[in-house]
Amino acid sequence: MMDWAVDIVGWAFILIGCFFAIVGALGLLRLPDVYTRVHSAGVVDTVAAAFMLIGFSFYAGFSLVTVKLLLILAFIFFTSPTATNALANAMYSQGIKPALVDEEESPSKP
Amino acid sequence: MIFAVATIAVVIAMALALVRAFLGPTVYDRVLAVNSFGTKTVLLIAVLGFLAGRPEFLDIALLYALINFVGTIAILKFIRYADMGRATDDPVREETR
Amino acid sequence: MAKTSSQPDAAAQGNQEGRQSPRPVDHVGRALSLAVILFVTWLLLSGHYQAFVVTLGVLSCLAIVFITVRMDVLDHEAFPIHLTWSAVPYWIWLFKEIWIAAVDVTKVILSPRLPISPRMLQVTSTQKSELGQVIYANSITLTPGTFTIRVFDGQLLVHALTQEAADGVLTGEMDRRVTKVEGPA
Repeated sequence: MMDWAVDIVGWAFILIGCFFAIVGALGLLRLPDVYTRVHSAGVVDTVAAAFMLIGFSFYAGFSLVTVKLLLILAFIFFTSPTATNALANAMYSQGIKPALVDEEESPSKP
Repeated sequence: MIFAVATIAVVIAMALALVRAFLGPTVYDRVLAVNSFGTKTVLLIAVLGFLAGRPEFLDIALLYALINFVGTIAILKFIRYADMGRATDDPVREETR
Repeated sequence: MAKTSSQPDAAAQGNQEGRQSPRPVDHVGRALSLAVILFVTWLLLSGHYQAFVVTLGVLSCLAIVFITVRMDVLDHEAFPIHLTWSAVPYWIWLFKEIWIAAVDVTKVILSPRLPISPRMLQVTSTQKSELGQVIYANSITLTPGTFTIRVFDGQLLVHALTQEAADGVLTGEMDRRVTKVEGPA
């Protein structure tokens, strides 16, 4: 009974992860400029990686394999925003301007 | 079964990312696509480990996650400065180069 | 372990002339906890428990602690042990936010009209230390729909995919929570 429930939860997590992975890649193709693609690429990927790796760890049981999966997840969560920041900073300082919806409102102050 | 589904989904996502890497148009699009491709490679290696029943693959995935990050930073740095050794926009070093 | 930490500490003392160094007690504590964390990580990753292999693991951990101390990077930024526990509730909250924002971005990507309204905004971060600002900037980047382009003088330049994502940053709730995690620095 317990095994069965764990399997179902693992299935659900992995399928949600697959969905986000494909949506992220689709957004990489559909969105119009570099800045908007960053949202889709790095970021939906992170969610996909989180769901898939947590889903795998349901199948792995509680063992060293689970620890390794969670460690991969931790690395992705620490490195992904750093790489995104580096990319954004590089393209911003190289003078690539984002397409904005209304110029007069931004940058807006809180 | 579920691992086969996951493998197919990840491969499709990788193919889409690769299309963006080919299309460009700017070099940053390509770096972004390749970084995303690398993250999915980590997932692919992990899922292949489960599919083949060889959990040792996870060690490779772990390493790939780190190398992917270092590689992205290195490429960005190389594009910007054409030099791996520089840290900042330092005008003195600009002249001596 | 106690014996190992005193040795790199001595090396650090010679290495840190003219720089504002942490108190020696902090230094020993950091080196010791770094060694323990490295060794636990090593044990979890290797899965081998024979005496010879474990000895090699201990030696490599000690070598890494020695190199870290010698490079003088074992400060509160490289090893932020002071915010370990207060970060846990923040992570839970952050995961919830990431999930909500990911669903929003997914809806935007999958809708045929592609209803994006990209905008740039400048937000002020109330964190005192650079580490706190880095945590804030990275949290913004991790949340789908927004990412930080650059940080300067306590200001963050943020790119948002939609109006809702921009409003989410402008409420400043994440800023408050990061400041709370950072604590009195």
